[in-house]
Amino acid sequence: MLLTITYEGKNTQEISYLLYKNPSKKQEFEISAGRVCVFYPELSDGKTTVALLLDLNPIDLARGKSESDRGLFDYVNDRPYTACSFLSTAIVRVLGTAMSGRCPQRQELADSELDLTAKVYSLPCTQENLPNEIFEPLGYSVKFERGLLDENFPEWGESPYINLEISGKVRLSELLSHLYVLIPVFDRQKHYYISEAEIDKLLSHGGQWLANHPHRDKIVYRYFAMKKSYARTAIDRLLENSREETPEKQIPQEEDTEKRVPLNEQRLEAVKNLVVKSGARSVIDMGCGYGKLTKKLLTETKIENITAFDVSAHVLEKAKTMLHYDTMSDYRKSRLNLMQASLTYTDKRFKGFDCACIVEVMEHLEKSAIPAFERVVFEYAVPKTVIITTPNRDYNVNYEFLREDSLRHPDHRFEFSREDFGNWTEEICRKFGYTVEITGVGENIDGSGQPTQIGVFRKCV
Amino acid sequence: MRIEIPEFSLVAMVGATSSGKTTFAKTHFRPTEILSSDFFRATVCDDETDQSVSEQAFELLFRTAEKRLELKKLTVIDATNVSKQSRSKIVNLAKNQDVHAVAIVLDIPEKILLERNSQRDNRRLPERIVRNHRTKLRQSIKNLKKEGFRYVFVLKQEDIDNTEIVRTKLWNDKRELHGPFDIIGDVHGCCTELEKLLRKLGYVKDPENIFYSPTGRKALFLGDFCDRGDRNTDVLKLVMSMVNSGNALTVVGNHDVKLVKYLRGRKVQLTHGLEKTVEEIKSCSDDFRKEVCGFLDGLISHYVLDSGRLVIAHAGIKEKYIGRGSGRIREFCLYGDVTGENDEYGLPVRLDWTEDYTGNALVVYGHTAVSEVRYSNNTYCIDTGCVFGGKLSALRYPEREIVSVDAEKMYCEPTRPLAVKDTHKDDGLLSADAFQGDMNIETCLIPVVNISKNNSAGAMEIMSRFAVDPRWLIYLPPTMSPCETSCETGYLEYPTEAFEYYKNHGVGRVVCEKKHMGSRAVIVLCRDVETAEKYFHAENMGRGVIYTRTGRKFFDDNYTQNIILDRLDEVLKKSGFWEDFGTNWVCLDVEIMPWSEKAQSLIKNQYAGVASSGINSLGNAEKLLESAICVQADTGLEKWLEMVKFKKNALEKYAKAYGEYCWAVKSVDDLKIAPFHILACEGRVFGDSSHIWHMENIKKYFTGFDKIFVETPYICVETDNPESVKNGTEWWLEITASGGEGMVVKPENFTEIRDGKLLQPAVKCRGREYLRIIYGAEYLQSENLERLKKRSLTRKRTLALKEFSLGIESLKRFTSGESLSRVHECAFGVLALESEPVDPRL
Repeated sequence: MLLTITYEGKNTQEISYLLYKNPSKKQEFEISAGRVCVFYPELSDGKTTVALLLDLNPIDLARGKSESDRGLFDYVNDRPYTACSFLSTAIVRVLGTAMSGRCPQRQELADSELDLTAKVYSLPCTQENLPNEIFEPLGYSVKFERGLLDENFPEWGESPYINLEISGKVRLSELLSHLYVLIPVFDRQKHYYISEAEIDKLLSHGGQWLANHPHRDKIVYRYFAMKKSYARTAIDRLLENSREETPEKQIPQEEDTEKRVPLNEQRLEAVKNLVVKSGARSVIDMGCGYGKLTKKLLTETKIENITAFDVSAHVLEKAKTMLHYDTMSDYRKSRLNLMQASLTYTDKRFKGFDCACIVEVMEHLEKSAIPAFERVVFEYAVPKTVIITTPNRDYNVNYEFLREDSLRHPDHRFEFSREDFGNWTEEICRKFGYTVEITGVGENIDGSGQPTQIGVFRKCV
Repeated sequence: MRIEIPEFSLVAMVGATSSGKTTFAKTHFRPTEILSSDFFRATVCDDETDQSVSEQAFELLFRTAEKRLELKKLTVIDATNVSKQSRSKIVNLAKNQDVHAVAIVLDIPEKILLERNSQRDNRRLPERIVRNHRTKLRQSIKNLKKEGFRYVFVLKQEDIDNTEIVRTKLWNDKRELHGPFDIIGDVHGCCTELEKLLRKLGYVKDPENIFYSPTGRKALFLGDFCDRGDRNTDVLKLVMSMVNSGNALTVVGNHDVKLVKYLRGRKVQLTHGLEKTVEEIKSCSDDFRKEVCGFLDGLISHYVLDSGRLVIAHAGIKEKYIGRGSGRIREFCLYGDVTGENDEYGLPVRLDWTEDYTGNALVVYGHTAVSEVRYSNNTYCIDTGCVFGGKLSALRYPEREIVSVDAEKMYCEPTRPLAVKDTHKDDGLLSADAFQGDMNIETCLIPVVNISKNNSAGAMEIMSRFAVDPRWLIYLPPTMSPCETSCETGYLEYPTEAFEYYKNHGVGRVVCEKKHMGSRAVIVLCRDVETAEKYFHAENMGRGVIYTRTGRKFFDDNYTQNIILDRLDEVLKKSGFWEDFGTNWVCLDVEIMPWSEKAQSLIKNQYAGVASSGINSLGNAEKLLESAICVQADTGLEKWLEMVKFKKNALEKYAKAYGEYCWAVKSVDDLKIAPFHILACEGRVFGDSSHIWHMENIKKYFTGFDKIFVETPYICVETDNPESVKNGTEWWLEITASGGEGMVVKPENFTEIRDGKLLQPAVKCRGREYLRIIYGAEYLQSENLERLKKRSLTRKRTLALKEFSLGIESLKRFTSGESLSRVHECAFGVLALESEPVDPRL
C-alpha cells in the first residue's frame, strides 16, 4: 500500500516539520495490521516528496493475529496491495498530528495553502467518472492511469485498479483529511466492522467539507458500505452541523431500486388480494424468501393457517427475524408454520392447501428443473388455487439500467416473455386440469405490457 | 424351569408387592432393559416410595418404553401390574409397537409376602394392601392370555431360583440366510407353469422327485398356492416337498389362510377359485388334508433375509412393520393396505403402500396381479397374473433379474383387468422425506455415513437451485486430501509423505498420476437417447451430461456440452469401447482444462487482481525506495527495499503460476479433457479395478483419437524400494518445475482396505509454485511457512473417505437398478458433506 505527497514551491523540505517526520531518521511504525515506513524519495528546495508505505502480512490478514481469531479475508487477497481502509488507518495513526493541522514550529506553513500533489497507488476503481466526481469539487485537478489486468492475457481487459494523482492548492491537513475519508469510498470492502463509531469518525474528519459536497450522499453511502441506516444518520448529522438550508431531504436509492421497491410492494398487495378473493382459508407461500408476503397474509384474519417455506435454511432464519417469529403471540404463531422445503422435491407437507403462492420464484429455478417443479405443485400438492408471479421479459426494454438481453437479477435463470408465459400456463392447464387467468402488476406500457405477470390457476372440479 | 421369550418383546413383571420382581428382573435382564416404577418415581420427585407421583412416573416410564420399542429393544416393565387396568396399558403399547407382550407372574404365597413386607423398614405397606394385591393377582392369572399377553409364565416360589430365561429369535428373522434366492410370485394352482419356471431357473428333481438347485439357490414363495388354477394339490405337494427338504421357504397368502379355515371345517364361501381347490382336495386322503392344514397353518406372514436387506411378504409390508410381529402386521402382509371399501368390480380398495416406502430393505411381494413386474421405491411386485393368462415370474436375488414363463392358458377371467400401465418406474421426481434432517446412509465401504441435519439442509438448497437433473446425478466425486505436511525445508508438500502414508499402511505399490490443473468433472454418456431413456429414465434430456464436482452443469450452454459428448461417442465407437465393454453407457471422472474455462471470474477478479495491484504498488515502491536511499542515508531503508523486492518477485511468480493454467478458449478444440477413472458402465462399477487398469484402458479407448481427449502421464512407485521412491520424487520435481500442479498418489487398487480400515483412495502432492495460488504469493517466506505447516488433515481425510464410499455406493446402487431415491441419497450425501466446514486450501 503506497501513498506519496509531493510539495512543490520554495523550501519544500519544510514539509517534514508539518509531518513530524525527520528525513535523517528512521521512520518506522507498528500499527495493528502491519508496519508503516515513511520516507523521502525526493528532498530538495523546489520539490519534496514523502512516501508512506504500509506493509501488511497477507497471512496475518487471513488468519487473524491469534490462532483462534479467524481472519476476515482469504489468503489470496488484494488487501495488502491496494489503497483501502487500511491506508486510512495508517494515515491517521502515523500522520495524525499533520492531519489536525497543528504545528507550533511551522504553524504558518501548516495554515497555508500549498501546491500539493498526492498519488495513490492501486486504488480500486471501476467507475470511470468516480475520481473526478469526488475530487474535483474539492478543488483538485485529477489524473489517473489504468493498466491491463494481466499483460499476458490482454483479452482479460483492463485492471480494476488505478494510480490516482490529485493536485491542488490546499493545506496539508485538508489533503490528509480528504484522503482519509475518500480512499475507503472507492472500495466497498472494509477491514473493520462498520459500527456507529464510524459516524463520529466521518464527522470529525469530513464535517467541514463534506456537507456541501455535490456527491455527499454517494460518498457517505459508499463510506458505510451501503449500510443505509448509518449513512442516513451520518447525513442528517452532517446537515445539522453545517446548518445548511436544504430544500428537501433526498434519500438516494440504488439506481434500480427506485422502481423496484414500489413494484415489489404493489405485487405483494396484488397477490394478497388475489388470495383473499379466492376465499382461501389455508395458504402455502412457496419460496417465501424473507417472508414479506407471509407477513401481509398474517394480517388477514380469514386465513386460518399459513405455511411458508424456503429452500434456503439461511434465508428462512432471516425470515424468522423479519417476522419476529420468536416473540410472536401464541395465536399468531399457531397460524403460521415456517419450514425448509424445496419446490423440486415432492413433499407431503404441501398437500391440502386452498391456495399456493409462488411469487417471483420460478425464474430462480434451472429450466431443466421446471418439469419437476410443475409436478410437485400441480400434480402432488394440488392446491385449489395457485398464484404464480414472474417477470415479464418484454418489459425489460423499459429499464435503463439493463443492458439489452440481460435479465433483471443475476440469479434469474430465465425470464418469460408474455408469449412464453401464456404458452406455459396453457400447457399447465392442459396437463394438470387447471384453468388460468393471467393478470399483471405495474405500469402497463404499450408494446411491452406490465413488469410482472401473474397467473391465477384454479383446479377444475 | 425354562422360559422362552422372543428376543424382541415387551415383558411385564406381574406380582404383589414384596414378591421379588425387582430381584428377579435384575437377575435375568440387563439393567438398561428394566424400567422400574420405583426408579421413575425417584426420577420425577427424588423419592421412590412417593405414591402420589405415580401418574407422572408412569407417563415417563411408558414414554421411555415406547422409545426403546421403536428401536426394537427388549423392554421389561417392573411394576406390580396386578390390576387389569395397569396391564391393559402395557398390552396397548405392545399392540401399537407391534411387539409381543409377555407376562412373567410371580405367584408367591400370602404368608411369605406378609413376612417380607414386615421386614421392610423404609417402605412397609399396610397388610391389607399386600392382601389386596394378592387377591387381585389370583383373579388375574387365568385372564392374562385373553387380555392380550402372547406368552404367560406363572412362577411359584420354588421356581424362582432355578428359572432360566432363553431369548429366541423372532420367527420372521432369517437374516442369516444370504441366498442367492429365486423369489416366485403367486402360483394359484398353475403347477405346469411352476415346474417350467423352476426348470428355467435351473432347478432339477432329486431322486425323491423334489426340486432343488444344484448351484445351491433357494426358492422363496410368496403364498397363494391354490385356487382358480387346474392343479392346485400338485402345487401344494411341490411346495411342501421343497420347503420340508430345505430347498424353499414360503410366506403365507390370503388364499392359504382361507383354505386352512375350510380344512378346519369352518364355514367359508367357496368363491374366488376356492371351489376348484376344494373339489380337488376332497378326493385326497385325510392324511394329506391334515398335512396341508398343518403346513399352511404354520406359515408366517413375512421373512427378513440377507442381513435385513431383503424382505418377502405376500401383499407387501410397511417399513415400520418389518421384523416385528402382531396381528395387524399379519393382516397387512396378507391383504395389503385395504381401506374397507370396495371398487366398482366389488374388490377391496387397496392403497399403494409402496408410494411411501423408503426402507433400505428390498421388499418383494405379490397378491395384486399386474401385467409386468412392477418396481417402485425399492419394492417389486412379481405377481404377473399367471392364472389370469399372464405369466409366472420370479425375481432372482441378488441379481435382480426377472425370469418368467407365459401361462399355458387363461384359467380364470380376471375380475378386473390387470393393471397395464402399472409398470411404475422412476420418473425423476423425488420425495423430500428421505432427504430431511439427520441422515444415515449405509454404504458398502463404511457401514453408515451420518449426515447432520444442517448439512442436509444445505444440500437441499444446492440440489434444488443448482444441480443437474437428479436422474443424471449418479455419482459425485469425493474431495481429496493432500499428503501429510512435509518436514523438508522450503516445502509444504513433498512426495515422501505421500509414499510413506501408503507404505505405513502396507501398500507396496502406488500409482502416481500427473495432476491436471483444470476443473474436476463427471461425464455421463449414453450411446443414444434410447439408452438414456432406458437406463436413466431421462426423457427429452439428451444423451448425457457433463457436471462439476458439486453437481452443477459444467458448461452453461448445451451446445458445447453436446459437441463434446458427440465427439466422445465418436472416439468410443472408433476405439471399440462400446463393444468391448458390452455397454450402452459410461460414467467417467475427468479433469477439464484450462482452469480458466470454469474459473474465469475467480481468476480475473481475485487472482489477477491481486497480482496486478500488488506488482503495481510494489514496483512503484521499489523505485521510490531506491531514490530515497540516495537521499536519506542510514535510515534503514535497505531492509524495506529488500522486502519490497522479495514480495514483488513472489507476486510475479504467483502470476506466472496461475498463468500456466489459463488460455483462451475460442472453440471446443481449445479444451483439453483428461479422463482418469472409468467409473461405471452397464451392470459394472470399476471400483475394484486397479489404477493401472484404468490408466491403460483410458489410453487404449479414450485418448489418441481426438485431440481434446488427453492422456494422464503416470508412473508406478514401489513404496519400500528407495530407488523407486527416488524416481517418483524426481518425477514430481520435474512436473512441478515445468509448471505442473503436482501429482496424485493412489494405492494400486482403487479401493484399499487394510486391517479393516479404508485407506485414502488418493492423496495429492502439490508443487511449490502452484501452492502460491492457494496459500498466497508470500507463503514460502520462512515464518509464514512454519505457521502453515501446523495444518491438520484429520477432518479432510475423514470427509474424503466418507465421500469416496458414498460415491462408490451410489454407482453400485445405480448399476444394480435401485430406485432413483436410493441413488440420489448418496449424491445428496456427498453434497451435504461438502458443506462441512473444512479448510478450503487443503
